[in-house]
Amino acid sequence: MMRTLIAVFRKEVLDNVRDRRTLASALIMGPLFGPMLFAFLISLSIERSLDDVERVIELPVIGQAHAPNLLRYLESRNIDIVTGPADRDAALDAVRSGTQDVVLVIPPEFAGQFTTSMPARVEVITDQSNSQADREARRVRAALRAYSQELASIRLTARGVSPLAVRPLNIDEVDMSTPSGRSAILLGMMSYFLIFALLMGGMYLAIDTTAGERERGSLEPLLALPVTRNQLLLGKIAATCVFMALSLSLSLVSFFFALKFMPLDELGMTPNFGPLTVGAAFLVLAPFILLGAAVMTLVASFTKSYREAQTWLSVVLLAPTLPILIVSILMLRPRFEFMFVPSLSQHLLLVDMVKNEPLDPLHVAISVGSTLLFGGLLTWVCARLYQREGLLG
Amino acid sequence: MIRVEGIHKSFGKVRAVRGVSFEAPDGKITGLLGPNGAGKSTTLRVLYTVLRPDEGRASVDGADVVTQSLEARRRIGALPHGAGLYPHLTARENIAYYARLCGLDAGSIDERVDSIIGLLEIGDFADRRTKGFSQGQRTKVAIARSLVHDPQNILLDEPSNGLDVMATRSLRDLILKLRDAGRCVLFSSHVMQEVAALCDDICIIANGKVAIDDSADGIREQTGCDDLEDAFVAAIQMVEPA
Repeated sequence: MMRTLIAVFRKEVLDNVRDRRTLASALIMGPLFGPMLFAFLISLSIERSLDDVERVIELPVIGQAHAPNLLRYLESRNIDIVTGPADRDAALDAVRSGTQDVVLVIPPEFAGQFTTSMPARVEVITDQSNSQADREARRVRAALRAYSQELASIRLTARGVSPLAVRPLNIDEVDMSTPSGRSAILLGMMSYFLIFALLMGGMYLAIDTTAGERERGSLEPLLALPVTRNQLLLGKIAATCVFMALSLSLSLVSFFFALKFMPLDELGMTPNFGPLTVGAAFLVLAPFILLGAAVMTLVASFTKSYREAQTWLSVVLLAPTLPILIVSILMLRPRFEFMFVPSLSQHLLLVDMVKNEPLDPLHVAISVGSTLLFGGLLTWVCARLYQREGLLG
Repeated sequence: MIRVEGIHKSFGKVRAVRGVSFEAPDGKITGLLGPNGAGKSTTLRVLYTVLRPDEGRASVDGADVVTQSLEARRRIGALPHGAGLYPHLTARENIAYYARLCGLDAGSIDERVDSIIGLLEIGDFADRRTKGFSQGQRTKVAIARSLVHDPQNILLDEPSNGLDVMATRSLRDLILKLRDAGRCVLFSSHVMQEVAALCDDICIIANGKVAIDDSADGIREQTGCDDLEDAFVAAIQMVEPA
């Protein structure tokens, strides 16, 4: 039994190591695609968050002469005042055509309204469907609102009314998220990339077990050999698992380096992803390998050709996202029963690890146990299906 | 020694084999002759145990192909129709893989693979990856691979398909060599001349039934045709359609 298994395993490894397509998907696609997309998203969100506070934006203002104090206030809030379009109509055109994102219009009557304590009208012209413009407009509006509030306080005080009278509520938000915790939201995606890479690594081997061997005409002579089909199938699934494990380890390592060199602290994130966590993450994800290999082999066994198998397996690649997505959208906290759901349980455990929160040993046990059980069950189903006469197509 | 007793096999409504019986003794070459779709491949597939007969039984050296299929396979070297190789492996690696699967000692594998490469005269391209091999080269490697565990019974499903004259000739020499070594060789073909030139016994199959099972001369006698091709056609017409 063991010898046949090893023989199948060795051949599959040799065969697939020489196959550029398999090698590329196991060693390059999975391990690099995730971290690269990830780095891209992170750098995007770093750019965005800097937008909100520190980055100086330029604001074209029409009618600058009417409100020098307001403009000075805006400049103190990192908003540089520049000369805008000639008039309001030109400003409307500029924003519509996209040459300007935001234009502030101060009408000539501003000064008059202001000195008589009437609400003085200013116009913020922007296109809200343009997200970049909207972000800048938000900053401008916030600054205007703050200026307005400050003036209100001064006016009330001048009339002998305490400004506190118009603040019946004093709202304080206490943010309990830790820097590691904030990372979790973004780094939550990482678990999917890892599972994706894991599955990618074994995809071509899984296809080869049935559809691939059949298409090449090598399945029939193989089945005519004095070995049991169980031995062949288990050997092939074992080889698939090894490629998946390899792909997973490489992804973890590439994530480790990617996170190390990304300026995450600028986002207020300090993910807990040291070598120890990388090792622990591998152990938490490892049970998923058997399940992934079995699911892919199973799905491929129903297909008629290599092509068809590839199409169906790309659907399988997406399947593990589903529970992760649902839980992320509903913002559900890890719960006992979630640990029975493969991919979800790995995701939740991984998020906790990255947040540097202690793992519940019961949760880990259920996740590992149930995932292995599902994997074993599906492997058994694969083995049953491998006995069919219809296997030869 | 292969014995087939009244096997039936249907695929849905198609009755591919309807009660085929014959014997292929050791030290003889038995030919399964029949037109396309006669049931030759199905019969051979039952023998190398990838199909289970609906009715009837078959045995290889006394091992039943259903109840003792592993034992039966141990005694069979099979070349299925259109057998494919692993293109990323060399011819030698393809053969060695089967040797390992058949449980040959790690120590004796190299020696055995070398000797089978010598037997089939494929040394020239044994260490090249099989991707891009000609049909003749592929067939030779596939036969070498199926003989690597030195089986007593050799089943070849249309081995000469797509082979040129030289390759056909060396295949014929190999089959004769195997017979002279006391092996039981059973091969299928739809070419009368090929079967007549090589086989000690010919089993003509048509529409899933055995039309005639005899020597070439016996077939001429039974059908009353001197020309082998006429005899073949006459024999086929003896069987009613399925």
